[in-house]
Amino acid sequence: MAYDIDYIRSQFPILDQQVHGRPLVYLDNAATTQKPVAVVDAISHYYYNDNANVHRGVHTLSQRATDAMEGVREQVREHIGARESAEIIFTRGITESINTIAFGMGTLIKPHQNVVITALEHHSNIVPWQMLCERTGATLRYIPINEKGELVLHSLEEIIDENTAMVAFNHISNSLGTINPVSTILMRAKAVGAWTLVDGAQSGPHAKVNVQDWDLDFFTLASHKMYGPTGLGILYGKRERLEALPPYQGGGEMIATVTLEKSTYAEIPHKFEAGTPHIEGVIGFGAALNFMNSIGIETIAQHEAELLDYATDSLSSIEGFTIIGTADLKASVLSFLIDGTHPYDLGVLLDQQGVAVRTGQHCTQPIMDQFCIAGTARASFAMYNTKEEIDLFKAALESAVNMLR
Amino acid sequence: MTISEKQAALVDEFAFFDDWMDKYNHIIEMGKSLKPLNDEDKQEDLLVQGCQSKVWLKAEKQGEAVKFWADADAIIAKGIIAMLIDVFDEQPAREIAQAELDFIQEIGLKDHLSPTRANGLMSMIKQMKIYALAFA
Repeated sequence: MAYDIDYIRSQFPILDQQVHGRPLVYLDNAATTQKPVAVVDAISHYYYNDNANVHRGVHTLSQRATDAMEGVREQVREHIGARESAEIIFTRGITESINTIAFGMGTLIKPHQNVVITALEHHSNIVPWQMLCERTGATLRYIPINEKGELVLHSLEEIIDENTAMVAFNHISNSLGTINPVSTILMRAKAVGAWTLVDGAQSGPHAKVNVQDWDLDFFTLASHKMYGPTGLGILYGKRERLEALPPYQGGGEMIATVTLEKSTYAEIPHKFEAGTPHIEGVIGFGAALNFMNSIGIETIAQHEAELLDYATDSLSSIEGFTIIGTADLKASVLSFLIDGTHPYDLGVLLDQQGVAVRTGQHCTQPIMDQFCIAGTARASFAMYNTKEEIDLFKAALESAVNMLR
Repeated sequence: MTISEKQAALVDEFAFFDDWMDKYNHIIEMGKSLKPLNDEDKQEDLLVQGCQSKVWLKAEKQGEAVKFWADADAIIAKGIIAMLIDVFDEQPAREIAQAELDFIQEIGLKDHLSPTRANGLMSMIKQMKIYALAFA
């Protein structure tokens, strides 16, 4: 079946607008994706018809809201192939997901142990582990990268050793687009009995991960990068791991009994969901998953791969165009520099021509340091982007370069 | 020319361009014609805090007046500091410290910058005024 781009674009009304008098070309999808009508409608429907707090009142609206939210928990379980829906925690985002684990491990990790991440991580998968190590005396280690932005695995056996408590890394790099060799790293982590966390921020919209196939201890996703609402993350954890971790925040929803002296905690998932949850976010995310699945994640990924190839070929003809991150396996992210121009200047002049890209360090300062650059301009593609948009992007880039040189 | 006259002249200059791409082009040209700082002047302590790109600003008291030099790694930022230098350079310190910069509003620059870049512009102005206050 042909890829029905007209139908897909019609589901994202925000795309149909002018910015500074030019048609909007939205190429900042690795930062956040736009939301289809189905997601906005689901949220509106919830507020117009079913809004109530969940898991408490016996009244009808509360029951409806609870059913809707728990229905999405089951939907997410199925999407990532978890054993049971209790292993799906709703968080505020990936940052909170990772902090939940890193905080919880504070009582479990020993000073002689280490945590292994990679040199390709987003700050959200660096700083929580640095904080954990500062608190506990454990050591933080990195799997290095090469000049193409690929992980270097030849010293994996020294980096991940019998003292490794956790190996945490992203599936796909947000700033370079590198698709990491997950199985190889997991195999080594399993061999030494380390816990594993895969950050699916950038893979969620492009690839379906099955947590049991990879035998992951933890996996995390961001709703807003998957055409869903902001403010919602998914944290998957194996039951026995989640049970071993102490709760991250205290409050309502997460307790079994409370006296003034002592409280006992609820069972998972509620133990990790203190406070009133992001109910409409959860409901909107359910609609986003349905929408993505109705088109097919593999179909979307194939469309995006074509766009990446097209953009890579097309833009490479611009004099002085350099791609930062040239891994053999890449997702739909194009980070680049152009000789004689600064990425911030490119960003401003592209915006003036209706093209939205990200400029800067992309929350990955260590990667930029490794390449000895201050930042890059980054175009990232989603299901609704087209080759015509890449042509507009290229033309805008050429006028920007002419002005700047 | 006084600070007010300098500002009025800049507003006139920019009124000549209808299109914002042309206005940006003009800012870029101003950036290109600003005399660059020597590399040894590009020190950490001359960096303007709060700018996304690197902007170095150097000032010296010359009698009652203040002399400014600046550079930036991004050309639009350099063009913006060049505009500010055009307005403030060799003006009396006391007047720089008290000046109201209407030209930014009149050109429409502030509305055309993203919030982070508008903050950068404000940081440049603040830094110039801090120098002026110190020299007044």
